[in-house]
Amino acid sequence: MSTVLTIAGKEVRDGMRNRWVLATTLLMAALALGLAFLGTAPTGSNIAASRLAVTVVSLASLTIFLVPLIALLLSFDALVGEVERGTMLLLLSYPVARWEVVAGKFLGHTALIAIATVVGYGVAAVAVAYAAPGTGTGDWQAMGALIASSVLLGAVFLSIGYLLSSLVRERATAAGLAIAVWLVFVLLYDLGLLGYLAATEGKGLSAEAFGWLLLLNPADAFRLFNLTGVEEVRQFAGMAGVSRQAAVGPVALMGALLAWILVPLVLAQLVFHRRQL
Amino acid sequence: MAEADAVVLEGLGKRYGGRAVVQGVSLRLAPGERLALLGHNGAGKTTVMKMMLGLVRPDGGSVRVLGRDPAEAAGDVRASVGFLPESVVFYEAMTGFETLRFYARLKRRPAEECRALLARVGLEAAAARRVGTYSKGMRQRLGLAQALLGAPRLLLLDEPTTGLDPELRQSFYAIVAELKAQGTAVLLSSHLLTELEERTDRIAIMNMGRLVGLGTLGALREQAGLPVRFRLRVVNGNAAAVADRLGSLVLERVPGELGVACAPRDKMEVLRAIAGLGTLVDDVEVVPPSLDDVYASFTGRPLTEEATA
Repeated sequence: MSTVLTIAGKEVRDGMRNRWVLATTLLMAALALGLAFLGTAPTGSNIAASRLAVTVVSLASLTIFLVPLIALLLSFDALVGEVERGTMLLLLSYPVARWEVVAGKFLGHTALIAIATVVGYGVAAVAVAYAAPGTGTGDWQAMGALIASSVLLGAVFLSIGYLLSSLVRERATAAGLAIAVWLVFVLLYDLGLLGYLAATEGKGLSAEAFGWLLLLNPADAFRLFNLTGVEEVRQFAGMAGVSRQAAVGPVALMGALLAWILVPLVLAQLVFHRRQL
Repeated sequence: MAEADAVVLEGLGKRYGGRAVVQGVSLRLAPGERLALLGHNGAGKTTVMKMMLGLVRPDGGSVRVLGRDPAEAAGDVRASVGFLPESVVFYEAMTGFETLRFYARLKRRPAEECRALLARVGLEAAAARRVGTYSKGMRQRLGLAQALLGAPRLLLLDEPTTGLDPELRQSFYAIVAELKAQGTAVLLSSHLLTELEERTDRIAIMNMGRLVGLGTLGALREQAGLPVRFRLRVVNGNAAAVADRLGSLVLERVPGELGVACAPRDKMEVLRAIAGLGTLVDDVEVVPPSLDDVYASFTGRPLTEEATA
């Protein structure tokens, strides 16, 4: 375990030192504050939802675009980059198992994403709650769930990034694949689903099949979890109907995210284990 | 007795995509022995080292390092082995000390050892500087420091002295000599032949994946059967007389000097003949075949032309 922690610690220190954490945290805080104060301005005070609940809805959308991108940028290089530069050869000549390298990097990178998300979104949440008193416990719960699930979503795309990184021979290939993965999961998957539903006038899929299809995309699982999970948010998000119809509850959605972390990570380890240096 | 050897390779083979990179390599390395692995780039030296570390699995034959199979007991083997890869690369953003500390943690060694090692390789003053600012020689010294972590029983050094200036090379080999005294087995690959002559116990010559020569330099010379050369300084006017007496042994004649060559087994006889010439000869110098010549005779091509490329 100490080997995994040593490697994780190195990744965290690297992230702190090259100001990656600082830049990402600032970016997330700035976007979150912008969405919180500009995006909710038109809702005024005659809406039942509290301001923090509104913010949670906006931040969930922001997370879907931003966090997978950040995670893929961090992970696509993690294995193939070290192999290409030559640092992996020396690292693996130490009493270090290959799974420990993968696990250590995953742990370190997840910690970096957690720091950026907790601080970035936390600052925005505190600012919103301060500006609009009357924020209830439910709102804070929704915010907490948002931050925790954002970190999970980040971990999912870290895992996918390591899998890409273990499969390819060159960094450039991994970078291209990472962009493709981001496009597919964040944009194209939903577009395709929407297109299919429109073409079949909504009759092409049962509600149940639709629910399962959403689980197959971690970004959708994340969206559904945050927009339907908490009562205060549900009302504002206009998702009250959806969640009752959807075949999948919050536990299944969490399960889907965890599976999306574990499966690519294990596959990445299996591929990396067989790689000849 | 076999398990007392630090390294035992038997019929080792490795193919990459149908091409044999290493084939039928067998050799042993005893504790405290320094073995030089010579060969062109692509001769299979690095692959042999990687197999000793369990980083590459052999297709044929067996490897035993410190009595274990490195593919099965990789952790245990690597804990007692130090490795310096060819043109070592470090994480640029870390300082020299942080780098060494990172690797020390992976080998479960204390921080004091890092400070001591940095002092030993002469990097104390640069310990707090980023590795990105290091010169090639400094990186190589840091590379040696990390290889020495945990007092390894086997040291694998891949082209360790490339990029080092002569002074650093001296101190490098001084450290290797100390390790030998402590019983560490050292395997080092190089293409700088002349510097290896007095600094290794045995030499293994690899060519296109095969071990084509193995032994002490003397034994290899004998095996190669290369001629021993003599350079005679001759008193003015006596050159013709000397050349007559030595007959067909004479290779070349320049004013005041004669070049003579003979098979190694005839060396003493020729020396006696030269001594018998009495005052006709001013001085004699015996030139044994150089490591370059020996290398070329085993591989069919000289090593030096590529070393400069």
